[in-house]
Amino acid sequence: MAAEASWTRTYRRHRGLLLLIGPCLAYFLVFHYLPMVGLIIAFKDFVMSHGVLASPWNGLDNFVRLFASEDFPRALRNTVLISLLRLSFGFVAPIVLALMLNELRIGWFKRGVQTLTYLPYFFSWVILGGIFLMLLSGDGPANNIVRAAGANPISFLGDDLWFIAVLIAAGIWQSAGYGAVIYLAALAGIDPNLYEAASIDGAGRWQQTLRITLPSLVPTIIVLFILSLGQVLNAGFDQIYNMYNPIVYDVADIIDTYVLRRLIAMDYALATAGGLFKSAVGLVLVVGANWMARRFSDDEYGIW
Amino acid sequence: MKLTRGERVFSVFNLVILSGVALVALYPFVYTVSISLSTAAEANRDSLHLYPRDVSLAAYRLVLSNPDILNGFANTILRTVLGTVLTVITTALAAYPLARRELPHRGLATFLILFTMIFNGGIVPTYLLVRELGLLNSVWSLVLPAMLTAFNIIIVKNFFQTIPESLGEAARVEGAGELSILLRIYLPLSKPVLATISLWTAVMHWNQWFDAMIYITDDRKQVLQNFLQRIVIENSTIMLDLGMTDLNVTQYTPETIKAATVVVTIFPIICLYPFVQKYFVKGILLGGVKE
Repeated sequence: MAAEASWTRTYRRHRGLLLLIGPCLAYFLVFHYLPMVGLIIAFKDFVMSHGVLASPWNGLDNFVRLFASEDFPRALRNTVLISLLRLSFGFVAPIVLALMLNELRIGWFKRGVQTLTYLPYFFSWVILGGIFLMLLSGDGPANNIVRAAGANPISFLGDDLWFIAVLIAAGIWQSAGYGAVIYLAALAGIDPNLYEAASIDGAGRWQQTLRITLPSLVPTIIVLFILSLGQVLNAGFDQIYNMYNPIVYDVADIIDTYVLRRLIAMDYALATAGGLFKSAVGLVLVVGANWMARRFSDDEYGIW
Repeated sequence: MKLTRGERVFSVFNLVILSGVALVALYPFVYTVSISLSTAAEANRDSLHLYPRDVSLAAYRLVLSNPDILNGFANTILRTVLGTVLTVITTALAAYPLARRELPHRGLATFLILFTMIFNGGIVPTYLLVRELGLLNSVWSLVLPAMLTAFNIIIVKNFFQTIPESLGEAARVEGAGELSILLRIYLPLSKPVLATISLWTAVMHWNQWFDAMIYITDDRKQVLQNFLQRIVIENSTIMLDLGMTDLNVTQYTPETIKAATVVVTIFPIICLYPFVQKYFVKGILLGGVKE
């Protein structure tokens, strides 16, 4: 009884705060937690006219159907492959860019290069994909150069290997400038006294980069690397959807594009099962990656 | 500072490489603007199209007189303004109580919000929800599902926590309610973080196309990005059919029309870009890696 009375007292005293947080939590329950409940469709023989709750359960049938299909295992493989390729080629790009920008001594030039390199990050892949389709088309400027060099025109977007190469390269082009910002901030945080002491000891700029700059970046690099491992199932839906075509589905169809196609075909149960698989594995990966990042950095870094 | 020979060579090398990087970053946009301003013959010429030799505004005249594009533009402005205003207001309202240590069940509330960052229902259940709520083909389907995000709330909450509690305490002694403390003390001190959130949200809304693709089936409600998608990605000929009836048919090609549509779509972002950039670094650093 006494405990209950103190509860009501606490609530009454903080009525103002509770009135503010209430609608916010209600919003999250409706727009975020209700869809999570909706994930039960993945275990049901979902019939739209019956609704989510009344549709009959069918156990793991949808998942069996998912993995027995030809498209989903392929989409899963492509998702992981594309992510790993992005990680191998794209991860170092912002680090190198930040290191090079950091060596610039001309202020306006440094700002100019930064401004231009992170500009693409602010445009949707509808816009950027549209631009690349023009640049890489049969008679676009890329093929004009190829022809001028005496080679046969290349089907950049219709050939499996070329398509993947274009995808990775365009991805780097879009996000390297953005990615460099975090590293530049880490570089700006290095104690200038270190450089001073090093140059008194006779270390040249190259030595300083090797002995001071790089080691100072290592924690940031490792943490960002671990965190991006948690995103392996996000292969870049926006970019792929706006650049791919059925000819390259063999290498370019990913989980997200597969799920979208099932949704459009109104095969809701299979689409939900595919989406749930991705969310569940993604959750494990993100939590694992965050745990590793925190352990590595003595609780300093992590998404939460 | 004295540089050794090797270091001077490196400086020059660095300058050259970075100039190259800047050119590569810029070229796709230069090409697009150049093509959009070209006559048909000029656009068809084999060239890198660094600038148009024969200038024509015909593609822009066609694009800017297309009712779909104009309608899409209006719908995009609507979702951007409505979405940004609502996001900023509700984010501040949600972040304030979470920033206060005396909020009952603060840990639980924070967890419920943060959890949505790492797990969600995905597109199908969200689509069914939006449908059940009767929001399909309404601007609310583009505004409400993305209105409050854990990311924005945490950024604003962290900022609020840097404001000395004594300021709010003083007002409370004088009998001010929580809402008026938020409005009169916290918000005026939080302009930088609110500006950051506003710009991020506005750019996000301007660029967003996926939600409109699945929630909006009525073309009168469709947004600009999706008309752009039909023209440049799906090669739809709506625009071209329109063009064929025009006497100026030698003035444009599918490419000049696509390029002009792209330029029209990115123009507002370019105008906002100086402001976006100013708050941009702050935004990434606030949210990306903790301190």
